[in-house]
Amino acid sequence: MRERLQNLDPLSVVLWLLRAAILGAVLWGTVATILNNPYSAENWLDFLVFGVAQGSLYALIALGYTLVYGVLFMINFAHGEFFMSGIFTATVFVAIPLSETAFWDSHPVLSLLVVALVAMATSVGIAVLTERVAYRPLRHAPRLVPLITAIGASFFWQYFFRGLYGSGITAFPPVEMLKGSLIVGGLEILWTQVVVIVASVLLLIGLYIFVMRTKTGKAMRAVAEDKQVAALMGIDVDRVIVITFATGAALAGAAGLLYALLFRQVHFFMGFFPGIKAFTAAVLGGIGSVPGAALGGLFLGMFESIGPSLFLEGLGIPAAYQLKDVIAFTMLVLVLIVRPQGILGERLAEKKA
Amino acid sequence: MGTQTRLDWGATVRLGLLAGVVALSLSLIGMVERFSERDIIGGVFSLGQVFLFGAAIGGGYLAARRSAGEELGRVLLGGLALGLISSLPLILLLVAGGLTDAEGGILLRRFLINVSPGLLKLLAFGQGQIAGSLILAAVTGVLGLVGAGVYLLPPRLGRPLLVGLISVFLIGLLSEIIILAWGNRGIGLIIRRFMFAARGLLVPGACLVFLVAAGSNVAWSGQQERVEQRLSTLGPEQQQRLRRGMIALGVLLLLVLPFILRTYLSEVIDNIGLYILMGLGLNIVVGFAGLLDLGYVAFFAIGAYAMGVLTSHSDLGVGGLSFWAALPFAVLAAVAAGIILGIPVLRMRGDYLAIVTLGFGEIIRILALSDFLAPYIGGAQGILLIPKARILGFEFVRPESLYYVILLACLLAVFVSWRLRDSRLGRQWMAMREDEDVAEAMGINLVKTKLLAFAIGAGFSGLSGAIFASKLSSIFPHSFQLLVSINVLCLIIVGGIGSLPGAMVGALILVGLPELLREFAEYRFMMYGALLIVMMLVRPEGFWPSAIHKRELHMEEPEALAHLAAGQTG
Amino acid sequence: MKKISALIIVSILAVMLLTACGGPQFECEDAIGCVDIAPEDPVRIGWALVISGPNETLGVDSQRGVEIAAEDKGKVLDHAIELVGEDSLCSAEGGQTAVTKLTSDPSLIGIVGTNCSSAGEPASKIASDAGMVLISPSNTAPSLTNPDKTWNPGYLRSCHNDNIQGAAMANFAYNELGVRKAATIHDGSPYADQLQQVFADKFVELGGEITTQEAINTGDTDMRPVLTKIAVTGPELIYYPIFIAEGGHITVQAKEISGLEDTILSGADGMISPDFIAAAGDEANGMYISGPDLAFDNPLGQAFLQKHRTKYGEDPLSAFHAHAYDATMMLIAAIEKVAVQDEDGTLHIGRQALRDALYATKDHEGITGTLTCNQYGDCADPLITVNQIQEGEYVPVWTAD
Repeated sequence: MRERLQNLDPLSVVLWLLRAAILGAVLWGTVATILNNPYSAENWLDFLVFGVAQGSLYALIALGYTLVYGVLFMINFAHGEFFMSGIFTATVFVAIPLSETAFWDSHPVLSLLVVALVAMATSVGIAVLTERVAYRPLRHAPRLVPLITAIGASFFWQYFFRGLYGSGITAFPPVEMLKGSLIVGGLEILWTQVVVIVASVLLLIGLYIFVMRTKTGKAMRAVAEDKQVAALMGIDVDRVIVITFATGAALAGAAGLLYALLFRQVHFFMGFFPGIKAFTAAVLGGIGSVPGAALGGLFLGMFESIGPSLFLEGLGIPAAYQLKDVIAFTMLVLVLIVRPQGILGERLAEKKA
Repeated sequence: MGTQTRLDWGATVRLGLLAGVVALSLSLIGMVERFSERDIIGGVFSLGQVFLFGAAIGGGYLAARRSAGEELGRVLLGGLALGLISSLPLILLLVAGGLTDAEGGILLRRFLINVSPGLLKLLAFGQGQIAGSLILAAVTGVLGLVGAGVYLLPPRLGRPLLVGLISVFLIGLLSEIIILAWGNRGIGLIIRRFMFAARGLLVPGACLVFLVAAGSNVAWSGQQERVEQRLSTLGPEQQQRLRRGMIALGVLLLLVLPFILRTYLSEVIDNIGLYILMGLGLNIVVGFAGLLDLGYVAFFAIGAYAMGVLTSHSDLGVGGLSFWAALPFAVLAAVAAGIILGIPVLRMRGDYLAIVTLGFGEIIRILALSDFLAPYIGGAQGILLIPKARILGFEFVRPESLYYVILLACLLAVFVSWRLRDSRLGRQWMAMREDEDVAEAMGINLVKTKLLAFAIGAGFSGLSGAIFASKLSSIFPHSFQLLVSINVLCLIIVGGIGSLPGAMVGALILVGLPELLREFAEYRFMMYGALLIVMMLVRPEGFWPSAIHKRELHMEEPEALAHLAAGQTG
Repeated sequence: MKKISALIIVSILAVMLLTACGGPQFECEDAIGCVDIAPEDPVRIGWALVISGPNETLGVDSQRGVEIAAEDKGKVLDHAIELVGEDSLCSAEGGQTAVTKLTSDPSLIGIVGTNCSSAGEPASKIASDAGMVLISPSNTAPSLTNPDKTWNPGYLRSCHNDNIQGAAMANFAYNELGVRKAATIHDGSPYADQLQQVFADKFVELGGEITTQEAINTGDTDMRPVLTKIAVTGPELIYYPIFIAEGGHITVQAKEISGLEDTILSGADGMISPDFIAAAGDEANGMYISGPDLAFDNPLGQAFLQKHRTKYGEDPLSAFHAHAYDATMMLIAAIEKVAVQDEDGTLHIGRQALRDALYATKDHEGITGTLTCNQYGDCADPLITVNQIQEGEYVPVWTAD
């Protein structure tokens, strides 16, 4: 203890005070809200469910960021566009035409499966193409350069798909089977939310097994650890990188379908905000870590859902939900002050970052 | 690559299909039809045709370059084949476009909204499907041949031809701006009537542009060596005098620029200037100190809002200061914000820093927008009635006069950046950029050094924001989107990171070009994205790299890099 | 060098002489100058609308209104009409650049624009300084026609001031629907923020209670948390005068929140669009939307709809085409009124005279009703209609008086 006190520099004190200030405000707001308590227990549970559903979407998209970052140490800004391109294409070419036939309502599971496949395939295609054209030639360039091409690719794909399918909002056809909600002990959960949460969990587990148990997964981890050594071990680094992009994009494609089920709207700009949020989630959880991305996504979703009511209302702030991103980013700062490598990030990441 | 003794048919087919897919994509996203009425040369060819056929010509050229050294006939044959192949995707579209749905509309249009009757008619040259496909194939074939032919021309002929054609294209493309700036009065009006249609060049105008451009290219290539020789033989004193003369000329040009450019282009230059200011500031943070900041717009917003609150005549205004009195406070507010926002991120590195600063940018924007702070800074309704700058009764209202305020600010920023770069602090920043741990071990106080970078960088941005507020007279939170931060980051990297002229060139390209190409409206962002990718592939070190970065980059496998870059741009 | 400059000077002089001797001269006596249009030249009208980015449906819709108006009119005093367009985005800087570009063309007579009020603020001043007129089809911010705030001579609008539309909805909710408790949501756009504030003020003035005023951000998708919060306050009606995407999310998700199943949903003209009906689906049925009277029982509106379908292959994207059409027609009518025509067909249009004629517009028959401008350029027909969405159609159910 004494040793720690001796090592205390002014910066640590300031950071500690900052942390205390944020936590203090959060606590004060929370206590005030709870004392005031306009919400019932069901309300709080509702907030929780909304947060988990939204958070699992963030988690799925965040995985793409984290996988690519783990291998290449680059922020793939275009990942949100991989997410958009898949579901946009699948909606226009599959979901809408199918929904005009009886097949959509008579075989909903099969229909959704086809939509999912097309969405994932498109996302993967776009991702592989982007990697080949915009990222691979720059593998040895300074790190900011691929960041700029990624930004460029993001703009390009957004407006390319806008040109293909139009700028309007395209409605994803509702699925009859998923109307209504599941009631568990007084808690109502929409079927769409159930599907989103369950599917996300399954995909997460699948990915974890893929990365930890399969040979390709092992190769991915090896490349993430050290590209040169991996190459010496006979691993085709380029191939592994492409597979990493494809895996991330496939998850993004799947996330696209879940998004469409949950929100029923598809348009060319839909990838931008979820992309940024998912990136935040990935960093929150510790970028480069698969469970970290999942955890980060969940936390972010919950902060956004519960935060404004819990923290801000008690402080008497009007229109609290307008500030949900402020809460999300403040929490990010708080977490990173305490743990600069994110919740589950390895210490190692700091060095490389 | 190996030895290529025979024409590589596989490569030709691949390249041809690639060219075809490019043309197909441009058709599907609507660019071909949309710009089919937009003439480059009135009645001769339109911008839409450039989009449709550019790929075939370019492909022919590339194919010829690939098979360089072959005998003439084979190279030309390759070009022709490539052109023919490139028409296949388009012909496919024509065939698919023939399918109709139950109501007799084009079936494909239900999915791809730009497959309109107009586009199909364009592709088929107004003929039926079969005749149209044949004509299309013939045209692209010939154009592929032309492309190959252009490559085969000896440089002495080829270069002036190319320069002439590119000049005609550019002048035709920018005709609207040229007319707007110079073609409405006096002698300009006469020249305009001779050279320009409402949009695009007239045939005599195009001929004139071509002749002048090609001619001056020929003349210059004849003189180039002589001039260079002459320059190299000059004595040191003369060289210095020459340099001074050039600088004086440059200064003079900067001073009279608005008189040359007139209103609209001055407005464009003003916008560029504001971005140059921000670029120079971010250059200190990212380029010198190596701290990746994605929330730079926050300080721009703080500068603008400080100016707004301090000077506005509306109910939100407090203080009622003049522009000049408020300016230092606006800059100070930004500097203070730079330090405050800098503290929590002092221990973060690289990409963690990026996302947290991005968060700060968003937090500031959302707070500016929020109902929470609306009683003080207007919320969604913004701050109105911000006065313009004034000196002795002269009001800087028009873009031409505002230019001088921005020029002054830019010169100040350039001077400060330049002095800082070569100062002790500048060297500390660069040491920190290379390796934080080593820098700390060398006795550099990281806290102070980092905070100074954030503070000074923020100050430039605040200055830019303050001028921005007075330029618009009204500010709204929507002007401070994440996009601004991204744009500024892109421009310093495209210009050449850490380089002062680079920030200016970057702003000219990434802010000026989209402004000049406003006509492309919704396609602007797509072209902007493509431009970013292409520029980074061709020049990863930026347009005007700083000496240090250039060296660093070229130490790393220069050959592999150049090869990869060249391979990708095709 | 000397020779060249001498040559230039001589030729300039020659040109000036030539133009000076061109027959009997028209003397421009207008306070802020005239536009002269040579016999073969077109009458040039500009538009500055948002045609890219998230709000582009507003702009594209208005653009089509302008285009159809120009086509309908065909010729003005034997001169063709040429439209010159600029993307004004939905921001102050976008409006400034677009209108600076348009006004630097001295042959332009007037501009239809802008869409977003934030773009309109600087645009109004620039157009005014350049001696032009700017008629907006969708700037609804009250400050723009308030001479104590940011009104500039030459600025007019054919759409409703927020003060009128918000108050009309409050009246309808309180008096017609008998609602006593209402909540509002805005999306941070000046338009929605102002409308909901006017609504809230009027509603309270009438004797109602505003349970809460919430806000979301553009780009938000998950509205369930904020709706849960609103549900706790127990309103009978929610008023969210926002745009298609977020409006669609709120409409759909409100039905899923316990406590809001029977709450009345209402919005404003930003959600009049087939895209909105598609996005909100069945859940939109029963919702009330205020806006201009687009029942198209006037022949002008019917004819317009027909032309729109033939020309663009779809129904109008929002409600602003009608305002844009009316704005363009008002401008052309004023040009016809003030233009002086020489024998050879040359037109002379006094800029101040044009302004005066526009502000004096009275009983102009348009698609949105009968337009009469006041001295600060508010020209919209004060008739606000409330539509109810029934089976995916906007059905007018009430008209303010």
